[in-house]
Amino acid sequence: MKLPTLNDNPFMKPVEWMALALLCGLIFCVLPLALDGFRLNLVGKYLTYAFVALGLVICWGYCGILSLGQGVFFGLGGYCMAMYLKLEASSVENTKIQSTPGIPDFMDWNQITALPWFWAPFKSLPLTLIAVVLVPTLFAFVIGAAMFKRRVGGTYFAIITQAIAAILTILIVGQQGYTGGINGITDLRTLHGWDIRTDAAKTILYFVNGGLLVACVLVAQYVKRSKLGRILVAMRDKEDRVRFSGYGVASFKIFAFCLAAAFAAIGGAMFTLQVGFMSPSFVGIVPSIEMVIYAAVGGRLSLFGAIYGTLLVNWAKTTFSESFPELWLFGLGALFIAVVLAFPNGLAGVWRQHVEPRLTRRPKAASPAALPQGAPAE
Amino acid sequence: MFGEYSLGDLGAIFAMQGFAGLILFSVYVLMALGLAIIFGQMGVINMAHGEFMILGAYVTYLCSGFFQAHLPGIFPAYFFLAMALAFVAAGLLGMVVEWALIRHLYKRPLDTLLATWGLSLILQQAYRSIFGAREVGVELPSWMMGSVQATDTIEIPINGLFVMAITVLITLAVAGLLFASRYGKQVRAVMQNRVMAGAVGIDTGRVDRLTFGLGCGIAGVAGSAFTMIGSTGPTSGQLYIVDTFLIVVFGGAASLLGTIASAFSISQTQSTLEFFLSGSTAKVITLLAVVAILMLRPQGLFTLKVRR
Repeated sequence: MKLPTLNDNPFMKPVEWMALALLCGLIFCVLPLALDGFRLNLVGKYLTYAFVALGLVICWGYCGILSLGQGVFFGLGGYCMAMYLKLEASSVENTKIQSTPGIPDFMDWNQITALPWFWAPFKSLPLTLIAVVLVPTLFAFVIGAAMFKRRVGGTYFAIITQAIAAILTILIVGQQGYTGGINGITDLRTLHGWDIRTDAAKTILYFVNGGLLVACVLVAQYVKRSKLGRILVAMRDKEDRVRFSGYGVASFKIFAFCLAAAFAAIGGAMFTLQVGFMSPSFVGIVPSIEMVIYAAVGGRLSLFGAIYGTLLVNWAKTTFSESFPELWLFGLGALFIAVVLAFPNGLAGVWRQHVEPRLTRRPKAASPAALPQGAPAE
Repeated sequence: MFGEYSLGDLGAIFAMQGFAGLILFSVYVLMALGLAIIFGQMGVINMAHGEFMILGAYVTYLCSGFFQAHLPGIFPAYFFLAMALAFVAAGLLGMVVEWALIRHLYKRPLDTLLATWGLSLILQQAYRSIFGAREVGVELPSWMMGSVQATDTIEIPINGLFVMAITVLITLAVAGLLFASRYGKQVRAVMQNRVMAGAVGIDTGRVDRLTFGLGCGIAGVAGSAFTMIGSTGPTSGQLYIVDTFLIVVFGGAASLLGTIASAFSISQTQSTLEFFLSGSTAKVITLLAVVAILMLRPQGLFTLKVRR
């Protein structure tokens, strides 16, 4: 890969500014104008996965750490938000038919009579917003510190993160009284008194989600372009040389992993707000691996590619699993294999190899051809 | 949690749960043996390993149906044939997969994970299309039912003993194959240094294919054993894949002895805890303990001294 030196390395190259403008145009103008409320909410849901894919680009593409447990962080962020919303929905007036009013309904069904201590902080919105990012990031920090300091990496790290995803799912499903069990936390109504179930609220949330996503892209771009990003790439390619040059390899890895976790957590919280519930089916092994494939399809080295990849895979999933449920799993399986065997750099790789060279020759062709396969075809 | 039982009761409970855990242990050992070969020796993360196991289970199911319908006379002996067929079927599929998919990816271990996950999705859907989404059970011959009364309080299930015996035989055969035969030497040579092994005249492609096939074949036998503890559905294999990977990693990836020791400790812990706690809590505690130990001792229980 050809890398320019750090001095002639602006924050974003012109082509990247163009990509950002196109992404903003798509998220903020084209999609809201072209889609009805239901479909827009669906795209909003897809975009929450794009946060996870963005994190994976930094963590997996640039730093070489494949985490199969991103669903854990997505889920933790989502659960933190859901706990706040649930507490607000189970006010004493709303739950006066329960034997213990004022606690969530599933706790009442499970004969729990007082609010557990770890639910208590989620009565306050500021604390919740802090917890949404902080809890998953701290969890990632603990895992990362334990593993990277001992130089566990690569396949072992992938397997252990996967095991953690499995453990958390079993735990959430098993502790029904505290977590809502397999159904998750449902029946969420208001955010600080603001009804999130109306169409207007959903549209607003979609735009908030889009704004946060663009902000995360900028943060990721900043990390990628900084000296830190260079060290991440160097570590991925020759870890020992970086270590022998005097860098603390573990700390950089922990940082990348925590950043990915924080992104995933924001996505999870926005997911809860837009979809209106959170359940263990977004935490476990299967969703976690699917989130990796979003990044892989879009291109594990491209921030924008990851977003388009997420939209494309999810759009395909919705379309195919609606009309041909049997074919969908074959298709998804084939997608995994094809991406690995034929397009290791995903859509972004195809774009860079085949489309970009032509664009630089004939710049006028930019706008119609700019979103080849990456654009959601709805 | 032990308070309400007397010491003698506790002994009997541990022994009973221990023997009840025998089949689980056997399935774990066979699955993990296959994976230890594929992951520990070849470095390939085979996420479709559970689906190879389920292939063996479906082969056993087909055999049981076939023998019941057409050859009821030798039905009592069908299980042996079913196990052999399960080995052959899963092994052949494994060799095809190695040829079509895995051999392109030896230099990118993390990518084998994604590709084999894709393969597992395809296989799951194929099972669903062929055998239906409902779980199927296998009819056991009558001599495998029942149990041996060891003492007043301790009973040992016969099918557990049978599977245990098969597992011991297969483990010994694998150990013999890997550590005492010419083929085993070639396998270890290829795994330690592929280029050098090729240079001294070993057909590395062939060794890879046979090794992958062997690992998958053993998973097929595990599937045969699995039919005794659970019913077979398209996604049953996925439940075991994480456990199996943890067993292999926990035991020390390249060590057969470690694999057996870790399969034993994990299956027995889980089986014993299940008596006192709910199934899910037992599983969480077992897995958490394994993950915690792995964080303290990442190289696993047993390590081979290998120059890297």
